[in-house]
Amino acid sequence: MRTLTIYKRELGSYFSQPTAYAIIVIFLLLSMGLAFTFGSFIKAGDASLEWPFFFWHPWIFMLLAPAVAMKLWSDEQRNGTIELLGTFPVSTRSAIIGKFLAAATVWLVALACTFPIVVTVNYLGAPDNGVILSGYIGSFLVCCSFVAVTMLVSACTRDQVVCLIVSVFVCFLAVVIGYDPVARALDSFVTPPAAEAAAVTGLWARLALWWHQGVAQVVEVSTSFGVWNHFASLNRGLLRLQDLVWFGSTILVSLLGTSAILSAKRS
Amino acid sequence: MIEVESLTKQFGTKTAVDHLTFSVKKGEVLGFLGPNGAGKSTTMRMITGFFPPTSGDAKVCGISIVDRPAEAKTKIGYLPESAPLYRDMTVLGFLRFCAAIRGLTGSAKKSAVERAIDLCSLASVASQSIDTLSKGYRHRTCLAQALLHDPEVLILDEPTDGLDPNQKHEVRQLIKRLGETKAILFSTHILEEVEAACTRAVIVDRGMIVADGTPAQLLAQSATGSLTDLFRAVTSRDTETA
Repeated sequence: MRTLTIYKRELGSYFSQPTAYAIIVIFLLLSMGLAFTFGSFIKAGDASLEWPFFFWHPWIFMLLAPAVAMKLWSDEQRNGTIELLGTFPVSTRSAIIGKFLAAATVWLVALACTFPIVVTVNYLGAPDNGVILSGYIGSFLVCCSFVAVTMLVSACTRDQVVCLIVSVFVCFLAVVIGYDPVARALDSFVTPPAAEAAAVTGLWARLALWWHQGVAQVVEVSTSFGVWNHFASLNRGLLRLQDLVWFGSTILVSLLGTSAILSAKRS
Repeated sequence: MIEVESLTKQFGTKTAVDHLTFSVKKGEVLGFLGPNGAGKSTTMRMITGFFPPTSGDAKVCGISIVDRPAEAKTKIGYLPESAPLYRDMTVLGFLRFCAAIRGLTGSAKKSAVERAIDLCSLASVASQSIDTLSKGYRHRTCLAQALLHDPEVLILDEPTDGLDPNQKHEVRQLIKRLGETKAILFSTHILEEVEAACTRAVIVDRGMIVADGTPAQLLAQSATGSLTDLFRAVTSRDTETA
């Protein structure tokens, strides 16, 4: 009930100010612009949205999702309204969930506003609308994860600019680290040539091999922190449990972290 | 109604509030005095449940803020220092939000908001955005928020700070009037306010109580019969090494 009150206030604040409109318009310009230019939506002659449209979403979200969520706690801390919120009979958890859902709703509206491209692709060809829906789900989940991460950062600072820069950087890392060309480049960089691995004799060579293997593992693990793998499979129309769990746990950990930081700041 | 028992707050190695114990009964208006940095705001933040105390407890209407914070918070109306507000909202919108978060709905919410607007004379700016209000109105809007749910306990952190003399007078009268049926704790720098509105006052310095009594008793303690002199005698100045 109180979560709903917080949610309504935050949503009202987004839409009574230019914030939500500006971000939705810029998102539409970017996503449509990229689809029709670099995405070669028309030229490819393919009735799908996977490459021309959804491919660009993580790149756009890494810039715009933090812009939506950066104020969530920074603003409260700067204006001192966090003191009001902290003395109202409402738990920090409800406030966090209410705020998160409000920011997510802004993105839901933004994504809903891209419906003309779905209509277009259906008019021009016969796409698999199930895959398109799955793409939208993937896109929304990436966005929610970035919103949650930004919220975590905003709990740490009262400065919105600092929050924006740090969150964009974190989201950027999450996008590029699992992005295929980058992952491949990293892979070739750390994997020793096969011949070298087969003929290991001396101690130094053995140590060097271990070092290589260690680094390769670190790279592999960090790649799995990237959004790309999980987003790509949803974008192809695969609704895998592991991806949903990944997005779900990223969001959950960020929200719990936000709660921990806010309580730690008071004591 | 407010019972503060050995309340202590440490920030790192610095002790902001040091085993503070006092109580405020119903019908009492307790003035909370002290130099800047004496621990007044920190104490208030602990009583209202914003800061968890390092040790000790505060009970509001017999409910511990440490053990049952959600319940205790419903009994308190709180005006934080500097009167923070959501500036993107209108006065009415803000008060409705605060009423809703206090669990008021329907006609109860409507009448609570109307009453608070009336008490704080906000009718003329009710539909205005908070961003466009003068400081006096902002302060009163935040005060209205504290009165919405007709709480038994009011905690006001410098309620007259930054107001003009007319507004100060009005707020003091309001505090006095509300004090007849509630327990009020308010902090101030202005010593005349103690005589004007308080039934009792405590002076804190470095987190400890250094004087406690009715305004008349405090005046009697002073060698010169002036509260200012008493205040200067019992508190330390920030120019001294703490």
